[in-house]
Amino acid sequence: MSRTLAEHRTLWQLAERAGLSPARRIADANGSMALADLAHGVMLNAEALRGRCVLLWSARQLPSVLALLQLDGVAARILLCPPDLSPAHMLEICAEAGVDCIVSDGSLTEIPPGVAVVQAGTTLSPRAGARAEAGTTEWLLFTSGTTGRPKLVLHTLASLTGPLSDGLVVPDGAVWSTFYDVRRYGGLQILLRAMLGGGSMILSQADEPVASFLTRAGQSGVTHISGTPSHWRRALLSGSASAMAPAYVRLSGEVADQAILDHLQAAYPKASVAHAFASTEAGVAFDVRDGKAGFPASLIDRTDGGAEMRVIDGSLRIRSKRTGSRYLGDRGVLADTEGFVDTGDMLELRGDRYYFVGRREGIINVGGAKVHPEEVEAVLNAHPAVVMSRVWGRASPITGAIVMADLVLRESAVNLIDDILTQCRAHLAEHKVPVVLRPVASLDVAQSGKLARTKVEKTRA
Amino acid sequence: MTIKEAILAQMQLVAERQKKTLAPLTDDLKLLESGLDSLCLAILVAALDDTLDIDPFSAGTSKFPVTLGEFVQLYESHAG
Repeated sequence: MSRTLAEHRTLWQLAERAGLSPARRIADANGSMALADLAHGVMLNAEALRGRCVLLWSARQLPSVLALLQLDGVAARILLCPPDLSPAHMLEICAEAGVDCIVSDGSLTEIPPGVAVVQAGTTLSPRAGARAEAGTTEWLLFTSGTTGRPKLVLHTLASLTGPLSDGLVVPDGAVWSTFYDVRRYGGLQILLRAMLGGGSMILSQADEPVASFLTRAGQSGVTHISGTPSHWRRALLSGSASAMAPAYVRLSGEVADQAILDHLQAAYPKASVAHAFASTEAGVAFDVRDGKAGFPASLIDRTDGGAEMRVIDGSLRIRSKRTGSRYLGDRGVLADTEGFVDTGDMLELRGDRYYFVGRREGIINVGGAKVHPEEVEAVLNAHPAVVMSRVWGRASPITGAIVMADLVLRESAVNLIDDILTQCRAHLAEHKVPVVLRPVASLDVAQSGKLARTKVEKTRA
Repeated sequence: MTIKEAILAQMQLVAERQKKTLAPLTDDLKLLESGLDSLCLAILVAALDDTLDIDPFSAGTSKFPVTLGEFVQLYESHAG
């Protein structure tokens, strides 16, 4: 197999190799940085961080991206930290990864003891001397589960850029954008496409209204843009979808149903609309460009050099050079002995296509925010009137799913439903609070002794 | 109760339940400026499915409604 572009090169070298035309830039809602300026200017003293294990932390994405461009090939490890990491997990994460330096924009208040802090910003100073020789940096990405501490997945620039050999590194002039934060796998893929393909990158910004982001994307001349189906539903709902006119629209991260694909094609008639499958662990497996939900069954067992895929026990397994190499610490095994990563995404074969039907473990995905049924059940079951409960996802055309709960109540406790709801509100984030609490006579229990669960249901309450 | 009245009543209920303040419900009000967020809209659509037995989104719409007027119209056009 031919060597990938990224072997023995750094992100900056690859960006530079694609040319530093004056038009190339990385911008967010507050500022813009020309790539050409990064050839002569520095945001921090990278040499002081040589061989260190560095966590990047910033509220805006731009300071972290600038640090990444300087530190890849210099630092031993870089942790791309999404901004919603719970402060409670910061200490453990830093210990697990051996973090000895945090590059921070100042918004991080809890600094683990013994960890140095380097100021991040978007102001450049003149570079003193040439760029030093580059080594190989390990990139650590966070998995996206919301309960418990996220796992860290070990990647390299080579494993991350593997997916780019699919013909989508469009030459020159492309302006990429994504609703994702680029510190997550899905967003990072877009940043890498922009950097390697000679394009520009328009970053999203937390708390920016979707209409403003779409307007900014339009004004910035965005040509290629990605997001989850929920991101896109929000974009369509905002009434500002027409503020931009991309040539390429990409969906990933959730199941793309036929309705959202059709809506996007209608909103952007000239664009090619594609949906992709990827995960932090498994990398990008494939993208589907025929405008239909699901994917052709012929992709399974293909041998054309792309990701190899299998369906075992109903779930998709992937093996390729694009997968992460392992989890950091004692956090389980990423791939089986043959190198296949179990994605946990369940497939159903209908005709000549496979369709995603949900997560094996039944995580409910409410507009991209994950809800574990068990954590909601724990709150419900803590109420004295509740005997047992089953939390499930009801399919929603707006957020993908909403949370529902079936309750087996103690006798004559039916009038306590409001009280149970109050308890949920007190203990759970808004999207995790069941929309309907439905008393039922009993709940099925499987042979294993576990509550019988079903995938996201269309059923009415 | 007309479909419009049913929708407005459900919006009040959802807003009350989710502790949101509704903007004055005029036809040209943008849904995303109504005070209801995506989650509230999801709850509203589910509640309307249950009470009116109409689910125009799953039936396949050509265009996402942007204003309250368009939203009501969408439901009216899918009423049995």
